[in-house]
Amino acid sequence: METKLPDRPTGAAPVVHLRGAVALLGRFPALAGVDLDVDRRRTVLLRGPNGAGKTTLLRTLAGLVPVTDGEAVVLGVDLRSDARAVRHRVGLLAHATGLYDDLTVTDNVRFWARAAKARPDDVEAAMARLGLDGRLAHVAVGRLSAGQRRRTSLACLVARRPELWLLDEPHAGLDQDGRDTVDQLVRDATASGATVVLSSHELDRSLELADEVVTIAGGVAHRDADLGAPGRVEPGPAGPPDGAHERAPAPGAEAPS
Amino acid sequence: MIRDALLVAGKDLRLEARSRVALNQVLPFALLVLVLFAFALDPDRGVLEEATPGLYWVAVLFSGLLALQRSFAVEAADGNRDALRLSGLDPAGIYLGKVAAVSVQLLALEVLLGVGVVVLYTTELDGWPLLVATVGVATAGIAAAGTLYGVVAAGLRVRETLLPLLLLPVLAPVLIGSTRAFEAALGGTPSEGWPWVGLMGVFALLYVVAGVLGFGPLLEEA
Repeated sequence: METKLPDRPTGAAPVVHLRGAVALLGRFPALAGVDLDVDRRRTVLLRGPNGAGKTTLLRTLAGLVPVTDGEAVVLGVDLRSDARAVRHRVGLLAHATGLYDDLTVTDNVRFWARAAKARPDDVEAAMARLGLDGRLAHVAVGRLSAGQRRRTSLACLVARRPELWLLDEPHAGLDQDGRDTVDQLVRDATASGATVVLSSHELDRSLELADEVVTIAGGVAHRDADLGAPGRVEPGPAGPPDGAHERAPAPGAEAPS
Repeated sequence: MIRDALLVAGKDLRLEARSRVALNQVLPFALLVLVLFAFALDPDRGVLEEATPGLYWVAVLFSGLLALQRSFAVEAADGNRDALRLSGLDPAGIYLGKVAAVSVQLLALEVLLGVGVVVLYTTELDGWPLLVATVGVATAGIAAAGTLYGVVAAGLRVRETLLPLLLLPVLAPVLIGSTRAFEAALGGTPSEGWPWVGLMGVFALLYVVAGVLGFGPLLEEA
């Protein structure tokens, strides 16, 4: 179900601008010509079946997966010419935690925050926000539960104050309180001027956050609905657009593992 | 770059202090190598005394490989390499920080192995300025080259076995130079050892420059 979208205000450059963007994993076109525009302070929900390319799209926007064809501009940086220039401005919450097991929660958050030149106050605030400022602060990450590790990864991201939040299944592994915290973090991020692109299979919760929904399948993005204010309009039924699954990989291509 | 290097070095040393891998695994391994050499050569004490400098540096190299592998194993775990790439840290700073952290661990190891050599091989230390200079430049060379080759092997599934194959031939000049310099210092002719120190200094400098320039692209490809 495709929705007619309002025109973008003149002169407002999108935070994300992709046109026919292609990204390869090996020889497999994980992104096979993606068109996507995301304006500042918007929250975009990516949905689609497993292996559709959601994670690859998020990693591409973070500058980790090279764009081999098409246009790709994030935060004003052309990813095809200098992807590294955008990395310190985005925050990626991936499936992997990016944490050092032998360091404590505080050590991890402090290290990644200092790497991003964050203020010490931001570290304390981020840990408090994620409920990590008590006993957990001095526990080695390797001894934490999956949910607690997820909270620690989120604290690292929050402390960095990124301009573009890229969240891959942010609710996964979290308890009810943690999921509520994630939702509030997303709302606060956009309220403070950041932009959020998230992927999730928890549609009920994520639709409450999203301004727009984009379905991605077979490496192709399809904009479903502009929801206006979060939660104001119900989107169309989930699932890939007609024909999206029919886009075949390049000859000789192999599916990513 | 220096700020980033200090940050990474501090993190790596804190990791080692918390995990105690160097203390609990690398050091016992190094001492075990010394003991085994002593067992193997004990029937001829003269050979053991003559071979002490070479045995010492072979033990340092083998143990250093473990420290270098550990330095990149922690970055290979659970998405840490991607986190490093996203961190905003200068790749040259990451390289120098890792070199510094490995150097500190190697220096501590070399001191303790030196004590082991004195105790096990009854070696009398002499020519201190040359010994100290040799330890300094050899350590810098091992850490600088090892960190550069470490990131080359880091992204491969066979990194544990590939790193020694890549690195040990490259470190042959350091092994030869440090052994000759130690022989000169312990044999009472230090003047013969200083050219080797100079050679190792050039080796270390070349690899530091190569690492500062090349670590970023190699981290991307790893």
